[in-house]
Amino acid sequence: MRPILLKGHERCYNKEGDLLFTCAKDHHPTLWYSDDGERVGTYIGHNGAVWTCDVTEDSKTLVTGSADTTCKMWDTETGTCYFTHQFEQPVRAVALSKGDQHMVISSDPFMGVPAALHIVDVAANREEQTNEIKISMSGPEGRINRALWGPLNRTILTGGEDGVIRLWDVETGKIVHEANDHKKQIQHLSLSVDKTHFISASLDKTAKLFDSETLECLKTYAADRPVNAAILSPILDHIILGGGQDAMAVTTTHSKAGKFDSKIFYKIYEEEIGGIRGHFGPINALAWHPDGRSFTSGGEDGYVRIHHFDNDYFRIK
Amino acid sequence: MGLEEIPPNLPRGEDGYVDWSKVDVKDLEMPAGDDMGIVSDDEGIDVEEVKSESGFGTVIVVDNLPKVPDAKFEKLCTVVRKIYGQIGVVRENGLHMPKGADGVTKGFAFVEFHNPAEAAAAIEQTNGYKLDKAHVFKVSKFDDFSKYDAVPDEYKAPEPKPYVARENTASYMLDDRGRDQFAIRFGDETEVHWNDAQVKEPVEVYKRSFWTESYVQWSPRGNYLATVHRQGVALWGGPGFARFAKFSHNGVQFIEFSPCERYLASGSTHDPANAREQAQVVVNFFDVRSGAKLRSFQGPISDFVTGAQRGLTWPVFKWAGASDSGAFFARMGKNAVSVYEAPEMGLVDKKSIKLEGVLDFCWSPADPILSVYQPEQGGGNQPARIALIELPSKKEVRSKNLFSVSGVRMFWQQSGDYFAVKVDRLTKTKKSTYSGFELFRLREPNCPMEVLELPDKTQKIVAFAWEPKGHRFAVIHGDGARPDVSFYTMIDDSSAVNKVKLIGTIKNKTANCLFWSPKGKVIVLAGLKTMNGQFEFFNVDEMETMASAEHFMATDVEWDPTGRYVTTAVTSVHQMENGFNVWTFNGRLLYKHQRERFYQFLWRPRAPSLLSETKEAEILKNLKSYSKRFDELDESIRNAQDSHLAAEKQEVTDAWNAWLAKKRSRVEANDYVDEVRKIMRQRYPDWTEGGAADVVETQVEVEEIISVVEEPLSMVR
Repeated sequence: MRPILLKGHERCYNKEGDLLFTCAKDHHPTLWYSDDGERVGTYIGHNGAVWTCDVTEDSKTLVTGSADTTCKMWDTETGTCYFTHQFEQPVRAVALSKGDQHMVISSDPFMGVPAALHIVDVAANREEQTNEIKISMSGPEGRINRALWGPLNRTILTGGEDGVIRLWDVETGKIVHEANDHKKQIQHLSLSVDKTHFISASLDKTAKLFDSETLECLKTYAADRPVNAAILSPILDHIILGGGQDAMAVTTTHSKAGKFDSKIFYKIYEEEIGGIRGHFGPINALAWHPDGRSFTSGGEDGYVRIHHFDNDYFRIK
Repeated sequence: MGLEEIPPNLPRGEDGYVDWSKVDVKDLEMPAGDDMGIVSDDEGIDVEEVKSESGFGTVIVVDNLPKVPDAKFEKLCTVVRKIYGQIGVVRENGLHMPKGADGVTKGFAFVEFHNPAEAAAAIEQTNGYKLDKAHVFKVSKFDDFSKYDAVPDEYKAPEPKPYVARENTASYMLDDRGRDQFAIRFGDETEVHWNDAQVKEPVEVYKRSFWTESYVQWSPRGNYLATVHRQGVALWGGPGFARFAKFSHNGVQFIEFSPCERYLASGSTHDPANAREQAQVVVNFFDVRSGAKLRSFQGPISDFVTGAQRGLTWPVFKWAGASDSGAFFARMGKNAVSVYEAPEMGLVDKKSIKLEGVLDFCWSPADPILSVYQPEQGGGNQPARIALIELPSKKEVRSKNLFSVSGVRMFWQQSGDYFAVKVDRLTKTKKSTYSGFELFRLREPNCPMEVLELPDKTQKIVAFAWEPKGHRFAVIHGDGARPDVSFYTMIDDSSAVNKVKLIGTIKNKTANCLFWSPKGKVIVLAGLKTMNGQFEFFNVDEMETMASAEHFMATDVEWDPTGRYVTTAVTSVHQMENGFNVWTFNGRLLYKHQRERFYQFLWRPRAPSLLSETKEAEILKNLKSYSKRFDELDESIRNAQDSHLAAEKQEVTDAWNAWLAKKRSRVEANDYVDEVRKIMRQRYPDWTEGGAADVVETQVEVEEIISVVEEPLSMVR
């Protein structure tokens, strides 16, 4: 396979885990076979860094959000963009609701307009897709790095620049809960399979586990580097977190000093199990394969790495 | 008041007004009941005394002078004038020495300076000055005399203060498992921990936020922890780390204990009020137990910076090794080294040791022996010189002249048995240098000396270190990134006279620093700084590497006082990975401890052993029987620790499972599942839980042969 350097930023697996979508600062989201890393194709159309992507349950539609102020909807198979949501501000996060009826799009604060969450309908029939925004929610300052749908699509979880995790009620657009446990910007949120809890990654060098209903902080995982991404294993009580020294400071340090390895922790004991080296830039994004037997990491160094766990990993007690 | 009210008894002038020139003020009477705003002395009203400059601020009183008759009067005057003339300008007729009726002086004198600053300096510098044994100057301000006057003539014994039991500062030595303590400082925290090798983590003893304003330091025998604050120094000790003493010294920056722990020197520099003046240096000496200030040295920074130094390097005063013959400390001046003795704090023999051009000096860590280095003088006519001077006799034990020297470094062995000087000499062309060592044997008669040159003497000497208790030393030499390490011994069994002998050289080591175990035998070869924290634990007895390890970016290495454990630390000079690792002496990693903004790691020193050498040897011989008890103890602690940890983990797991079960019960409840199904089926009508929608059902026709039976066809005809 020709080595393709992607400034990896965000990746997501489809439901079955056979396809892997990545998006990056290079404007072109890419589809890969998750098993062997073979590239299937790219989605050409964005004019800015693509911050985020999500894929529907049936793997037929990909949605991407980009710094070019658009959120595009693609046909995964043909790679054609069939609809574009145009915003005034860069799009930071998109997430499809359970059942793919709606999606939430977060826009960055720009030109005095605060960050906002927009909920739009995803039409079953692609010709009927509109850009009508059903609800817009805004309030807190600072951009929202990540938005996730809570259980039964009743709530939306967000985390962003101000380090506060918020739980919004979709019906009323009000904030239900706030968690101020993190001291610095939140980079990533990731829900457990059953959506009862989620993990947050923050630049304050910790990842924390929260109750997704009450936002009660359950566990704290202390890393010795800023954490950019943290994910929960779908099958074991393990977590992986990744990050590293800020990209600005990287050139001045040894690749080992930057702490660019991904770390596996026990979810329950908050203890470190081990680390996986490889990246020579900070890790921006992590995703666990739905079957829990491999995971993917994307770093500022431009590489996406797919790691398959060997059998020893599953024997760890 | 009208003219008619003027009392008739006042003399009046021609104009009818009072002629004040003829009035005697004492005859004036105040009108009754009116004090005219003037307070009368008789009324006994206490008026706050306004302190005013008496005008005598420039005058000092020197007491304890010899009482001399007329004949010697002039001579004494000259001596006093000379002493004070060095400090400031004594005014003309500014020296007054009262005489008694018999013409003999009364033993004190008044000296007047030009300004109060000089007077203050004179008091500072000559109070306690020893003219001779019987006459030690007592110098005070003239203005202070009223204060001294107020001292009652009758001696009243001071009330004895009730005895306050102090905590036992040596209690940490009584740990029944023989563990050691250490202090760490990170962020705003200062903490003291036990190093527990069995539990494999530090066990907290005491901690406190904002305990110190700059740094902390253990006293040399481990009794106290000193914290440094803007107002001065505080000492803490005992099991609860109660405050034992505080020493006031504004803006203190550095502290230094005497090795016997009885005295403390504190130093500070103060920026001048205006840019033209020099910064001031203040060094105070305190008695640790009483808290009394024994002596203070003050002066402009130029008085304290000597030789080749560019800035002030602390310690300005260096303490001599602890010994029975006295506590000496010394400071280098221009062409002299001044040695003082505590607690009198006076110059030994009232004279500095004159040493032309002296550049560097060092004390033996075990004896009051001073080593000094004087560079070449007179453009090379007078050779450079190394001398060993014994105190208090000031006798030169040994000296050695050296030629074409570009620089030296002095290394004392911990127990004062040996002394080495690394000499960098210029080659004949004077373009490059090469190094060699001069080795002195202090314990042998006449202090024999020999020269050691490495096989390749052009090689750069990277580091040198004596074995703390022993006869060996290690040298790192080489020019490349992977230098060699050589070991030498001072004892040669094969020859009648002791000669330095090479034990062995190990090649190509990533090391630039040497750290001997305090007990000798084991050495850590460390590659710090540019070598990124590589360590090799080396047994010199067997000449074998016990372990190699890495602590990435480590900046500091410290042995515990017993030589059982080593710590390597990354301090806040680096941004990442701050914290420390604890290793056993043979290079097994015990535990890691990460702390943000990590500043200091300090093992608590132990008090000197009370066992005699023979007793120590005996214990060493029967070590097995002693260690058995401790091994058993360690084992039981380890087991307890394991079961404790297991129980803790179980508890955490149970708590999590209970939480999860509670949450799951809702997620798995029927109404929730129905809801999810409803949501999903809106878009995907075939959706079922577990993704079964994708399972394609196909019907396969299977033809099965159940049995084959051969039947003969019956032919019908």
